[in-house]
Amino acid sequence: METRSLRGKAVIAGVGETTYYKHGNSPDAEFKLALKAILAAAEDAGINPKDIDGFASYSNDRNDPSRLAAALGTKELRFSNMQWGGGGGGGAAAIGNAAAAVATGLADCVVVFRALAQGQFARFGQGQPVKTISGDMAMQAPYGLMSPAQRYAMKCMRFMHDHDVKHDAMRAISLASYRHAQSNQRAVMYGRPLTEADYDASRWIVEPWRLFDCCQENDGAAAIIILPANRANDIPHKPSFILGAAGGSDHRCAAPSHNHPNYASANFSSVAPRLFEMAGVTAADVDVLQSYENFTGGVMMSIVEHGFCEPDEVNDFFKPETFYAPDGALPLNTSGGNLAECYMHGLELQIEAVRQLRGTSTSQVKDPDVSMVIAGPMVTPVSNCIFGSEATV
Amino acid sequence: MNARYLPEGLPIPIPENDNLSKPYWDGLMQERLMVQCCKGCNTWIWGPEWICHACHSFELEWQEIDGKGQIYSWERPWHPVHSALKGFGPYLIVLVELPHVGNIRMIGNLLGNPDQEVEIGAHVEIAFEHHLEADPPHTLAQWKLI
Repeated sequence: METRSLRGKAVIAGVGETTYYKHGNSPDAEFKLALKAILAAAEDAGINPKDIDGFASYSNDRNDPSRLAAALGTKELRFSNMQWGGGGGGGAAAIGNAAAAVATGLADCVVVFRALAQGQFARFGQGQPVKTISGDMAMQAPYGLMSPAQRYAMKCMRFMHDHDVKHDAMRAISLASYRHAQSNQRAVMYGRPLTEADYDASRWIVEPWRLFDCCQENDGAAAIIILPANRANDIPHKPSFILGAAGGSDHRCAAPSHNHPNYASANFSSVAPRLFEMAGVTAADVDVLQSYENFTGGVMMSIVEHGFCEPDEVNDFFKPETFYAPDGALPLNTSGGNLAECYMHGLELQIEAVRQLRGTSTSQVKDPDVSMVIAGPMVTPVSNCIFGSEATV
Repeated sequence: MNARYLPEGLPIPIPENDNLSKPYWDGLMQERLMVQCCKGCNTWIWGPEWICHACHSFELEWQEIDGKGQIYSWERPWHPVHSALKGFGPYLIVLVELPHVGNIRMIGNLLGNPDQEVEIGAHVEIAFEHHLEADPPHTLAQWKLI
């Protein structure tokens, strides 16, 4: 029986982004941002935008594929896909869904996109102004547990307790993102370097996390065009092949009232081995990593759960130098990531992973072949994906 | 206990429109901590659900349990994310594990000094924070060190 796998069956043809803004500062409506990013990705791929026949997104993106298809004059809509689940957990799964669609003939040209205008809509980091609440949030909001940071801080606190992790480990992640943003003129935090002293002096948001452990909230849009692998030669760039993608979560991850059995976790314990198995690589083969920072503690647990480091070695491994491009042991978030480039719900991380394989990152790693993305941690479902150069397929 | 730990104005808990968690919220107002236990296989279920995740029985029985446990994790919010919390804080949230009922975990505030050092594993017991004059009336399940 043929092995069921996405490995090498789809290719990233084009990537596109709008300007990235601080939240509430976009001059464009959210739908217009989505259109601009999709057009930019189509131009980068060298395709007619009207040939896009599939749309894939995540986190309940508000920009409906049918409306997009009508607005763009799409010739035929064949794939309209939403990865369920909130936060940025679905970013890599959306890539996987799009790749699966083109690999199986459900569609020929799928765009993965995400658009956010938080001035036009509600912000993520604020509790909603409601008088009463029910369901799982009734067990949380009356106790002042409402924001994403508050929802996940106790997972990290328990992990730190179990493995005697010092705060410096999380600081290293923040320093790496800010360092890489200083060479990236697109980054919202370009020109705003972060020092250890700045980090240590920053206010607590929710212990164990300080201000610089927390992502920005931004406006903008990003898009990625995915084609079947047999069109790799048509692409006006070095192709980035999808070696694998996985999404999901382990046993009863969403058990209410924080009853997930594997609580002190980024939720990749089952998803990480599935990704490596499909991609046919190990953590040691990964040349550069983009790992979604909603909060640095989530990155820390993600990196551990993907086997880059043992949980009891975190304090030794998580030094800033480990994560600095080009020479660190594990170059991390090389565009500045959610912390310092833009919180484009992690789709900007997928684009940076492609840039690394093309050799066009502003913090370029030398000749990478395996470029990996870990999407939003600690939510459910989570997802991840690995892109490979032509040499890997 | 009538003193409130957090300022007035946060969302008030009410049962869902299918009343799944109503026995829990009603129990708190009577100072009884109620959780579900499966009549088929004795698995403790928390939060409220319609089915036993172990044996798929729908016969879940609400039982009163002893409100004692140990701190499994905690956090100390400083940044206000709700208008009612502006100018307030920090405060403490604890996740309490109840070993005698299948290690289910419950969320509440840890009463006392919000600046205190919190120890994972510390023993705590429930404190019923009544708001019976509120609209709608309700009681919160808080935790205090033993």
